[in-house]
Amino acid sequence: MSLDFNDETFRNDFTFKNSPKAIKRFPFPFPEDSYMYSVNMEPHVPGPKGSVFEHMFDVDEHYVAEMRDRAQVLADDPLRCQSLPHMELAGWDLLELIMESKARDYPQWFELHKNGNHWHWINRPLQIEQKFTFMDPTTLPCGPMEYITRQTQGDFTLQDQRDENLWVEAGMVTTQADWSLDFDIGMNFHQWHAPVPKAHEMGVFDRALKFLLKLQHGAPVRRFNWTMTVDPLLDTSPENYPKWGPGKTTMTPETIGSRQHLRVELQTLHRLPRSNAIAFPIRCYLIRFEELVTVPKWGRRLHRVIRDIPDELATYKGFLRNKPLMVDYLAQFDDGAPTSPGFWAD
Amino acid sequence: MTKTEFEPSIKSRPVYGVLEAAPGLAHLIVADGEGADAVTEMIARAGTAMLASTHIIYMPGPNGCDKSAALQALGAAQFRSSPSFAAASSRLAKVVADAHMGTQIYVAGTEGLIAQVCQAVAAQGLPYESVHTEHRGSTVRRVQCVHCKGITENVTHDPFKCSHCGLSLFVRDHFSRRIAAFQGVNIDAEDPGLVPDSVERFK
Repeated sequence: MSLDFNDETFRNDFTFKNSPKAIKRFPFPFPEDSYMYSVNMEPHVPGPKGSVFEHMFDVDEHYVAEMRDRAQVLADDPLRCQSLPHMELAGWDLLELIMESKARDYPQWFELHKNGNHWHWINRPLQIEQKFTFMDPTTLPCGPMEYITRQTQGDFTLQDQRDENLWVEAGMVTTQADWSLDFDIGMNFHQWHAPVPKAHEMGVFDRALKFLLKLQHGAPVRRFNWTMTVDPLLDTSPENYPKWGPGKTTMTPETIGSRQHLRVELQTLHRLPRSNAIAFPIRCYLIRFEELVTVPKWGRRLHRVIRDIPDELATYKGFLRNKPLMVDYLAQFDDGAPTSPGFWAD
Repeated sequence: MTKTEFEPSIKSRPVYGVLEAAPGLAHLIVADGEGADAVTEMIARAGTAMLASTHIIYMPGPNGCDKSAALQALGAAQFRSSPSFAAASSRLAKVVADAHMGTQIYVAGTEGLIAQVCQAVAAQGLPYESVHTEHRGSTVRRVQCVHCKGITENVTHDPFKCSHCGLSLFVRDHFSRRIAAFQGVNIDAEDPGLVPDSVERFK
């Protein structure tokens, strides 16, 4: 493997770790010392150089290892990638968006050459070279959405738009925070969010849907979501809950710093040009508490957020059991000093 | 016995109405158990003229309630008494596929029946919401195990043992129209063996 990418695992021996550079650019999701749901969307425009916002689709040191983990999840459970028959066009839209973005933003790793509909794709980190005919699925080894998302970090769902609603009708979901694509596929926006507590009553989903129905091609937006994960597991699926659930019960004050991870999702939303579908990449970033507290502002702030979060939210996010251990551990990094607004490190 | 009143639930769970005959060239009615009462009441209100173009498929409810004699006595153009939904499903698929524009589809009875009829209708390319629905009778649930994907019919207790993989599952209100089932999730995943007492929640 090249020097650009870590040789690491997200299962069994869990050798995943963040380099100092990766810690520095970690997308810390809390702009203030407390947390409550919000639609919190902003334009997905290029951010500071070196940040996770610099490019349309961030490719980082975990790329190759994450793609190996995805291939393993799919081998174990092919239902993690599904596309209802009418969503193939949206899959081509997504393939085009990702290939063009990566070839433009990371020319040292990716190349896309077009001659009419005859395309030539080169992915050096994964050692893939593919000549195919755009819009002809028989020229790819699998459907277009599956093909490109086997080569792109983050989960993906594709939403069809009709009847003034969005319908999740295709997806590649192997790094999820405990929701099942196989169960939810075919649902509309309110249906697939149904289990989320409080937010419906707050009008969050009505407002978000209204906003998204008007999303324009070429003007993607982004937001953060977050939860907690014990051990650097990408695949915290409900399907495998009996496998990863017991890990939550084995946390001690000695191990919490190394085993407890903040899990951040950078969610972006893109209107697709031919299908009028919306692509929804959900990119997962993991950071262990020990790594996170090396940034003093983040250690202080995370302590305050976790200490003050309502139990109902901690339950929904699945970490109520270990919340006291987290607060005790993080307290030692909170000297009570004020924190600056915004999520960037000081 | 009248329409079942449910507590307000989360937004993925369907809500059911009251059967009312709608103008149509033909009428397909599927019912189980106490759903037969919703059908006879609808026809009593609408008049018997519609029976000449009505096809009724009926099966006993999961609680054993069987009112096929009363439904057959209505004198619909076609009447079929089936022992179960599984036994009726190929007939239903054929009838829906053959249905012409202007056919009204009605289903009355348990949630599992309503969901599976709507699923069969959607599979033929008709809108899921085009089916007239009314809930009557048993509130037992059809639950899919999120782990092994097997569906357990007529679940009365929560938690319950998956009839396929044997895991203890708690029953969520989260409902998939595509699968026609509620979701069941392992209740002792974090603490294997610590299963709370099972409670009869659905009768």
